[in-house]
Amino acid sequence: MNVSYLYSLLAVIILGLIAYVGAAIGLESLFGIVIPYLAILAFLVGFVNKVLDWAKSPVPFRITTTCGQQKTLDWIKPSTIDNPTTTRGVIIRMLLEILLFRSLFRNTRVEFKGEKVSYKWVIWLWLFAIMFHYSFFVVVIRHLRFFVEPTPFFVNALETVDGMLQLGLPGLFISGATLLGATTLLLLRRILLPKMNYISRAADYFPLFLIIGIALTGIMMRYFTKVDVVKIKELTMGLASFHPGIPEGGVSALFYVHLFFVSLLVAYIPFSKLMHMGGIFLSPTRNLANNNRMKRHINPWNPKVKIHTYDEYEEDFRDKMKDAGIPVEKE
Amino acid sequence: MKDKGKIIVGLVIFVVVLTFPFWYNHGVATQAPEPELTKKAKKADKCVEETAYMRKEHMQILDKWRDTVVRDGKRMYVNANGKEYMASLSNTCIDCHSNKEEFCDKCHDYASVEPYCWDCHTYPEEKE
Repeated sequence: MNVSYLYSLLAVIILGLIAYVGAAIGLESLFGIVIPYLAILAFLVGFVNKVLDWAKSPVPFRITTTCGQQKTLDWIKPSTIDNPTTTRGVIIRMLLEILLFRSLFRNTRVEFKGEKVSYKWVIWLWLFAIMFHYSFFVVVIRHLRFFVEPTPFFVNALETVDGMLQLGLPGLFISGATLLGATTLLLLRRILLPKMNYISRAADYFPLFLIIGIALTGIMMRYFTKVDVVKIKELTMGLASFHPGIPEGGVSALFYVHLFFVSLLVAYIPFSKLMHMGGIFLSPTRNLANNNRMKRHINPWNPKVKIHTYDEYEEDFRDKMKDAGIPVEKE
Repeated sequence: MKDKGKIIVGLVIFVVVLTFPFWYNHGVATQAPEPELTKKAKKADKCVEETAYMRKEHMQILDKWRDTVVRDGKRMYVNANGKEYMASLSNTCIDCHSNKEEFCDKCHDYASVEPYCWDCHTYPEEKE
């Protein structure tokens, strides 16, 4: 069995311990100020750099994946979203892909049923993925309460909806639980399914463990060990307003582990598979209309070729052709 | 493809949205609030538990009080030092902390926490 997940697990545990010990021995400003700023910088520079690099890459021909009937004769019904020929179709296709993960929803599994091959529709990956992404999105938006003063209305509204179960005190946020649940399911999927396990490497597990670490430390701080939230907001507001400082009396070391994990994740995004965050918008198999047969697409870096048309040829050699008895178009 | 323009527009929007906290606060540092104590609270010096504990866990105590009082009918709370208190938000807590706005709301607003105490309890008129 492929056990590369152990490397990632070990890496995340060691990184967590580094932050825990670091905060305990008085390196609070390193883990609370320097590293978060560096991480944001690495993210912004790395992200912009990567997207600009992609923007420079030529896409000479449309390589749309066609998942339905192409537009053809009038009496054959085209599939306008799965095989779009117009910008409108492309936009709808992209929206469905980005917001609803349509291509994951289409996932099938090939199996042998006795002698026969069967294709089964399997939506688990789609389910776990959509759970994870939306939970994480809600969690990130909710965290704006630590970085903005006064807290904007949409954050309050989201908190009300997210905490509608009113379980326990501080009230349970559904998104936190589903975030941890979904990442755990995604992890188990990679570890337990033999085919998934076979193709998974340490780089596939690392972000999962990191996000599980973030969720666990966050849940610990909110529901179990408890931290002084006002002090933490003092620190985070310092970061967001460029007046960084460590609040007097300090905050729990667990908070620095949480912050360190988040910093690592943020800095790691542009250099890893997590860059699909920007990549999905730029995937040429999805964001181009399949109009290769309707429009002529000329390769932009084609060299200028000197051409000699038949008209010019005849012009040059008309007399010789006539002498040789070859028919000419113009006399 | 000639989509460089569109990509750059998208990228700019992304960066602007992402840096929302930085430009929303426009570099103004806010002071973290400090709950204000009434004269009575200052005189009493000690809350039902230690201050550091109260700062982090007061909601837990209130939650426990609600359950023991409403569901079990037990009105007594014994703190870590063995001292007895009547488990009551309106009679015990608010007896000293009679300044909701300066004591409760300040930090709750700052941390964007909306306790549902006052869904059931009414708050007596502020004294100080």
